[in-house]
Amino acid sequence: MALMKVKFDLKKRVKLAQFVWFMYWFSVMAGVLVFSMGLFFKIELRKRSELMDNNESHFLPNLLIIVGLVACGLNALGGKICYDSLDPAKFATWKPIMKPFLVSCLFFNILLVVVALLCFVMRIPFQFTLAEGLKNGMKFYKDTDTPGRCYMKRTLDLMQMEFRCCGNNNYRDWFEIQWVSNRYLNFAAKEVKDRIGSNVDGQYLMDGVPFSCCNPSSPRPCIQGQMTNNTAHYSYDHYTEELNVWKRGCRDALLSYYGGLMNTIGALVLLVTILEVGVMVGLQYVDTSLSTLSNPEDPESESEGYLLEKTVKETYTDIMAKMKSMGKGNQVEGGEEAPVATVS
Amino acid sequence: MALMPIKFDLPKRVKLAQGLWLLYWVSVMAGIMIFSLGLFFKIELRKRSEMMDNDESHFVPNLLILVGLIACGANAFGGKVCHDSLDPAKFPKWKPMVKPYLIFCCFFNVLLLVTALFCFLVQFSIYFALAEGLKNGIKFYKDTDTPGRCFMKRTLDMTQIEFRCCGNNNFRDWFEVQWISNRYLDFSNDEVKDRVMSNVEGKFLMDSVPFSCCNPGSPRPCIQHHLTNNSAHYDYDHRIEELNIWTRGCREALVAYYGGMLNTIGALVVAVVVLESADMAGLKYLTTSLETMADPENPESESEGWLLEKGVKETFSDLMEKLKSMGKGNQVEEGEAAATTS
Repeated sequence: MALMKVKFDLKKRVKLAQFVWFMYWFSVMAGVLVFSMGLFFKIELRKRSELMDNNESHFLPNLLIIVGLVACGLNALGGKICYDSLDPAKFATWKPIMKPFLVSCLFFNILLVVVALLCFVMRIPFQFTLAEGLKNGMKFYKDTDTPGRCYMKRTLDLMQMEFRCCGNNNYRDWFEIQWVSNRYLNFAAKEVKDRIGSNVDGQYLMDGVPFSCCNPSSPRPCIQGQMTNNTAHYSYDHYTEELNVWKRGCRDALLSYYGGLMNTIGALVLLVTILEVGVMVGLQYVDTSLSTLSNPEDPESESEGYLLEKTVKETYTDIMAKMKSMGKGNQVEGGEEAPVATVS
Repeated sequence: MALMPIKFDLPKRVKLAQGLWLLYWVSVMAGIMIFSLGLFFKIELRKRSEMMDNDESHFVPNLLILVGLIACGANAFGGKVCHDSLDPAKFPKWKPMVKPYLIFCCFFNVLLLVTALFCFLVQFSIYFALAEGLKNGIKFYKDTDTPGRCFMKRTLDMTQIEFRCCGNNNFRDWFEVQWISNRYLDFSNDEVKDRVMSNVEGKFLMDSVPFSCCNPGSPRPCIQHHLTNNSAHYDYDHRIEELNIWTRGCREALVAYYGGMLNTIGALVVAVVVLESADMAGLKYLTTSLETMADPENPESESEGWLLEKGVKETFSDLMEKLKSMGKGNQVEEGEAAATTS
């Protein structure tokens, strides 16, 4: 009892083969798309790797790149098989590899589903990498003269302006670290000495934020220094002032950006999986319809195509039986060898 | 003496028709590209129309959009003619339209060249529009409560951040205007009163710039206030400090941006003119080769194709005579009409 039988005549076979060939070229494009999305994601991670402490995992984009390339190759091969399928001479060369090819397609589809799942799940470790990286980034903001960290200020400023965010959780993170380098502090001034004396670590802390936190939509020129001191500025109340600096924290902003990117990529990979399953089914029908010709010499004879030769249950028990017999075969061989070995 | 005659047999004609059909579809893509470039340019102008006093001329992008659409249509028609040319049944219905179509293509190519020229020339008008618009923009920076100008601050800040520029010519333009609204100035303060009195127009001028002028690449936190006062900041000399704020003026930055865009568009339009000329030549060869078949009933007969039936000089003098005879014909008709009426 074959699964989902369909009767085919020559015209139907030709149409099916052409359609599946077209779908395979579509799938090659989809493979190229997955490859380029993996590449794009990798580049985005590298662009901001300073903010993640150079510690981010490139596992997912590398996997996407590999999967994209494999998809291109497999689909191109499938397309070639479809193209040759209507020529009995050429098809005979492909016949022996059809079954292994279809099995590898099946495993590849399972891999695609795993990759899609990973895209959705990798957000969580990413969150921790970002939190840690941003904290360190802010600590090194002032070290513009330390080799290896001299671009941290620029990277952080550009990121805060681009993503419209300030600090790690919010702008108060800047109050807790010294973000002005000692080179630009006048240690002879009383004010500087007071501030440094006022905390255990000897850091110059102030209730100010860098200029990159400023919100251009604010109606008044940006207030970035003495933010908690209402008397320092005319008509200013820091409890009600909303538009002055960006309210959102950069961890939130970056996470939602990368999270959105990963969700999109995951959704696309799922769509590509559905496409791949479709072409696999199509190829199985092409293969079976050409194998069951009622008169092998006559290309115009009728034939039958099916998904599985027996029903799902029988196919499953067959596979189990095959695997057991393979295992038993190994055991028997081992047993036979053992007496031979003992002789010597 | 035909101009550049070429002998054709059936396989050569078929190849020419197929190649030309493909070329026409490439030209349709080129037409779409010009259309989208015109649309892009229009959007870029609208995005920054505040910087140009809402006074900028949209003539060039509109022309590009129109030319792109016409190119698409004309090339699609040409492709259809090519597609039908090898079928003796279908081709006769296109035959009468080929000559007017080729003349139309000729004029269209001239129009494309004029468009390319405009692309290169409009940069001057943009330069002046920007100079005026930026000056006014800086003046209206503080008017965040005036309807119609309340977004000028945001637009100018975003422009300075995006294009890495400060002020109109340079950052000193900010010293000459009051860019803080009176709502945020404490007029009971002595310092404010001194500054306001110190100039004729009663403006609160200072040697400071907005935060959007700050350069993130500077090693020290941005100094935006008291820029010319060395003693206001530790270890600061305003004459040698380079990285603190952007030194380029926004007019220069925006002109460079739009200039580059327009130069690219102009060059692409010239390339499309070359493509269209090739299309025209190919179509001329194809139609003449189909007309001059030695045996009209036999599709496999040989034929000859050419660019012009006579030489260039002769064709030109023929055209002149035709125009003159048309003019004389009108005069004669008028003379007769005058004679019959009077």
